[in-house]
Amino acid sequence: MTSTPQKTVPGVVTEAGDVPRPGRGRPARRRDHTVPPWLFVVPALVVYAVVVLYPSLAGVMYAFTDWSGIGGFSFTGTDNFRALLDDSRALESVTNTLLLTIAVVVVQNGIGLLLALGVHTNIKSRAVLRLIFFAPAVVSPVMVAILWKYVYNPENGAGLNGLLGAVGLGGLRQDWLGNPSLALWSVAAMVVWQYAGYSMVVFLAGLQGVPAELHEAARIDGAGSWQRFRYVTWPLLAPALTINLMLSTIGGLKLFDQVYAATNGGPGTSSETLSTVLYKEAFVYGKFGYSTAVALVLALFVAAVSLVQLRYLRAREVTA
Amino acid sequence: MSVTTARGPADRKAGRGGRRPRYGQYALELVMIAVAVVFLFPVYALITLAMKDPRQIAESPLSLPSPPTFGNFGDAWSSASLGPALLNSTVITVVSLLLLIVVGSTGAYYLARCARGLGYGLYILFLLGIVLPFQLGMIPLYKLVDDLGWLGTYQGMVLFYTGIQLPFTVFLYTGFIRALPQDYAQAALIDGCNHRQAFTRIVFPLLRPITGTVIILNAVFIWNDFFTPLLYLGGSDKETVPVGIFAFVGQYVSDYGLVFAGLVLAALPILIVFVVLQRYVIKGFAGGLKG
Repeated sequence: MTSTPQKTVPGVVTEAGDVPRPGRGRPARRRDHTVPPWLFVVPALVVYAVVVLYPSLAGVMYAFTDWSGIGGFSFTGTDNFRALLDDSRALESVTNTLLLTIAVVVVQNGIGLLLALGVHTNIKSRAVLRLIFFAPAVVSPVMVAILWKYVYNPENGAGLNGLLGAVGLGGLRQDWLGNPSLALWSVAAMVVWQYAGYSMVVFLAGLQGVPAELHEAARIDGAGSWQRFRYVTWPLLAPALTINLMLSTIGGLKLFDQVYAATNGGPGTSSETLSTVLYKEAFVYGKFGYSTAVALVLALFVAAVSLVQLRYLRAREVTA
Repeated sequence: MSVTTARGPADRKAGRGGRRPRYGQYALELVMIAVAVVFLFPVYALITLAMKDPRQIAESPLSLPSPPTFGNFGDAWSSASLGPALLNSTVITVVSLLLLIVVGSTGAYYLARCARGLGYGLYILFLLGIVLPFQLGMIPLYKLVDDLGWLGTYQGMVLFYTGIQLPFTVFLYTGFIRALPQDYAQAALIDGCNHRQAFTRIVFPLLRPITGTVIILNAVFIWNDFFTPLLYLGGSDKETVPVGIFAFVGQYVSDYGLVFAGLVLAALPILIVFVVLQRYVIKGFAGGLKG
């Protein structure tokens, strides 16, 4: 492919006449002087090894120890994982993490898609709407959580309860973050509010890639607007859907900031997630070995979900 | 030209609005605006409360501030130490971005041009870093930074962000470089440039579009990140905006006017940048993640 004009470089051994010949199997291996020297990749590799590879491998190792963060440690086999199975708080955090993730993924992408369809029209306010809906996504999640903590104020006159009262829905007032059976869903709603616009933007990019001729052809063939969405737009949105599902799932599984700032896992353990549990085990209780075991479980969830989603969602992608 | 003119009206019909009657479009516009109004309720609460004194907040939390007071902003600016926090966030974000661009683009240049054997293996190794949650290495890395004496310093955070965002940056750059024609760099090499010169003079300028995406996505992440700066910088004088605001809110939790004035000021810089660069930001977020 890279048949450059003959040029002899001192020190580089080139086989005579090594022009790639078609149909000759693997091209002869030669030193291609257009490939940059490997020194180019060294800085990246060093930083990556120090910040990601070494700590992650060490983390896997510590998951099998009783390390307390200070001094030595001994290997305890699978003790941490067995302890995890007896730890009701950790188990609840697994359930909570999964429920939270599912809720966020479904609702955020559902709303995101509807917003994208609404904005991808000729309405006059579409540019402003797009700006408004996306804006929360660029703000720090902690700050959004602080704001929503007020919105979820249990008092009758303030925040969401005040709004419900003002529009005659006072019966729906709740102690949004103080009610153990509600806190997790309140956190989910807050996350959806922040990132629905993000999903919208990704879907919007997908919608803009749907050729107008396909819609026209379907229309001429007598397809109604639902049929055109179902059979023309939706299949072509698959790549956008893949990105959105991957991002929201991984984000949901790792969610920390919003939970930490809004409920800190409470009331009780009702909104505890894997990330808040592993944070507390390490930095509140000093159980570093146990904490990394929880982190390893989280890592396995994320890896499994990414692989499955990539496989199944990629399979149904079509091109226009 | 004549073709376009001839097809004009048909196109408009075939376009997004479709043959839907006009009033349908107005109805949609109204619905969307109504959704936006409900969506903006938290922002309304944020801005109005920031302009109220405690008595107004207690008596009429939902109404417009009458009269609006602006004292909260000055108080919040100094009690939340927002000046130093903004400086810290800016230094950490800018230096991390510079390193990410330099280290990421050079690394990706090698990985993209040497896509077999070692190069391919390394590329896969970098991709692994996108999937690995950072929590797995969180504690060993914390120990490492502690042992270096870098807790509570800029360099600790810069090292963290450069490393943690590198896989994604390398991924973006590699994909872009692979699609780039090789002829220019080759011509430069033949004309006697060495590889470093070919990269800095020829290849890197061609990477501008993807460098823009790299800057936008990484800047938003680094600027807003909370967990790690809380661990590394919490309690030090190097606290970033999210960490500083979190501590400030914890301290003045019941004074909503003050707290929200702080939030408004803390969120303003990134929102202004977003509005100014909205086209690029939205494009970056929408397209930069395609794999």
